[in-house]
Amino acid sequence: MQNNRRNRIAWLTGCVLGVCLVSSAAMAADDTSAPAFSNKLLLTGGVSQVEGSAGGGLTPWAVIGGYGTGDEIGANAFVTHINLPDYHVNEVGAMVGLYNRVEVSFAQQRFDTEQVGAALGLGRGFTFRQNIIGVKVRLFGDVVLDQDSWMPQVSIGAQHKKNNQAAVLAFVGAKSDEGTDYYVNATKLFLGQSLLVNATLRMTKANQIGILGFGGDRNNAYKPEFEGSVAYLLSRNWAVGAEYRQKPNNLGIAKEDDWYDAFVAWAPTKHVSLTLAYADLGNIVIKDKQRGLYASVQVGF
Amino acid sequence: MHTCLPRTALLAIALLFTQGAIAQDAASMSPESAAMAASAPRDPALKPVFDQFGGKPGLVALMNDFMANLMADARTRPYFAAADREHIKAELVDQFCVILDGPCTYTGKDMEKVHRNLGINRAAFNALVEDLQTAMDKNKVPFRAQNKLLAKLAPMHPAVITR
Repeated sequence: MQNNRRNRIAWLTGCVLGVCLVSSAAMAADDTSAPAFSNKLLLTGGVSQVEGSAGGGLTPWAVIGGYGTGDEIGANAFVTHINLPDYHVNEVGAMVGLYNRVEVSFAQQRFDTEQVGAALGLGRGFTFRQNIIGVKVRLFGDVVLDQDSWMPQVSIGAQHKKNNQAAVLAFVGAKSDEGTDYYVNATKLFLGQSLLVNATLRMTKANQIGILGFGGDRNNAYKPEFEGSVAYLLSRNWAVGAEYRQKPNNLGIAKEDDWYDAFVAWAPTKHVSLTLAYADLGNIVIKDKQRGLYASVQVGF
Repeated sequence: MHTCLPRTALLAIALLFTQGAIAQDAASMSPESAAMAASAPRDPALKPVFDQFGGKPGLVALMNDFMANLMADARTRPYFAAADREHIKAELVDQFCVILDGPCTYTGKDMEKVHRNLGINRAAFNALVEDLQTAMDKNKVPFRAQNKLLAKLAPMHPAVITR
């Protein structure tokens, strides 16, 4: 009960933060004389990935979210929906990018088990909620300007996750209802080829990114997992790409698959972007072949 | 298989770190690299891109629109309002022409010297890039050709961004 209330407060906080960002973004859009925001180049800040950090859809990139440059602050809010054959996910979140150096993000995922919940005796529409607080720090490199060297932009980050269904998670064999992922990533824009490439190495114990808790009966140690993205820029406003995310396999009760997606991102202005993806999330608990549409809207400055 | 991939990735990332350190060392010897950036390098591979820009007449038309955008943009106007804009346009035509392997020579001043006292920050620099992109769009330069030119201009940023 207590936990539920805390989650609701977190959800509300996310929504309020989101609305604030939308309105301030709208203000920033009107005020052309304010040079303090929005001076990064279009789409070079990425979009909001599934855990709320700036990146592609599945993986964080080394970019700092928002359109702020070295003397500026940027911010984004997003709403994401993933529609799978047997489940759906609703998500909201927000991030602030400080001086193109530090990114702080918050996201809440609601994973709805639909009929699977009933089949497992949890009740139809049983929902896991997970709150994620993320921090990312850019170490060196400039994703756009370093065009005469191989040096990518490199960042390190952490995502602390807390799931609200401790009892169910313990029942399926997870060792904890909270955990922290640590990652290092390198992102390089090959401007002459209009190609962006990202590689992320993540240390994690999360089962299904934390929706099924952390650690398990098969393994309870941190494991390094590789994540990669490739994006091709079609124009200043359009990008298409594909992603891969390797995942651990800690739980004896259910196999966990690596994730893939193919996406198209559209940013008509710096204040809004829309990402559509076809995602293959493989097996999730008793249901195989969870493939479906991933849609995300981001607003910010 | 499952553990093999991360190890490769780890190696790759370790490699990137060392490269980063080397590149930063190189950056600390910056007067030389800035001087090199001053003389825009000719790239024969970009000759087809020169044609996509419409040759020298295309560059002249582009620079007219570019300068108009810079003067209409509150973020960039202060840097050009008091300058000899016709001269800057002519120098930019020559510079872009040389980079794209056109039949021109750049006789303009050293980029680092020209920008030293202007106090240009990253925000103003990015604003200029946006104004150039808008001008290239208006002149129907294909997006990939635009990026090929921008990729050659980007390394000059240490000479231009001084704060």
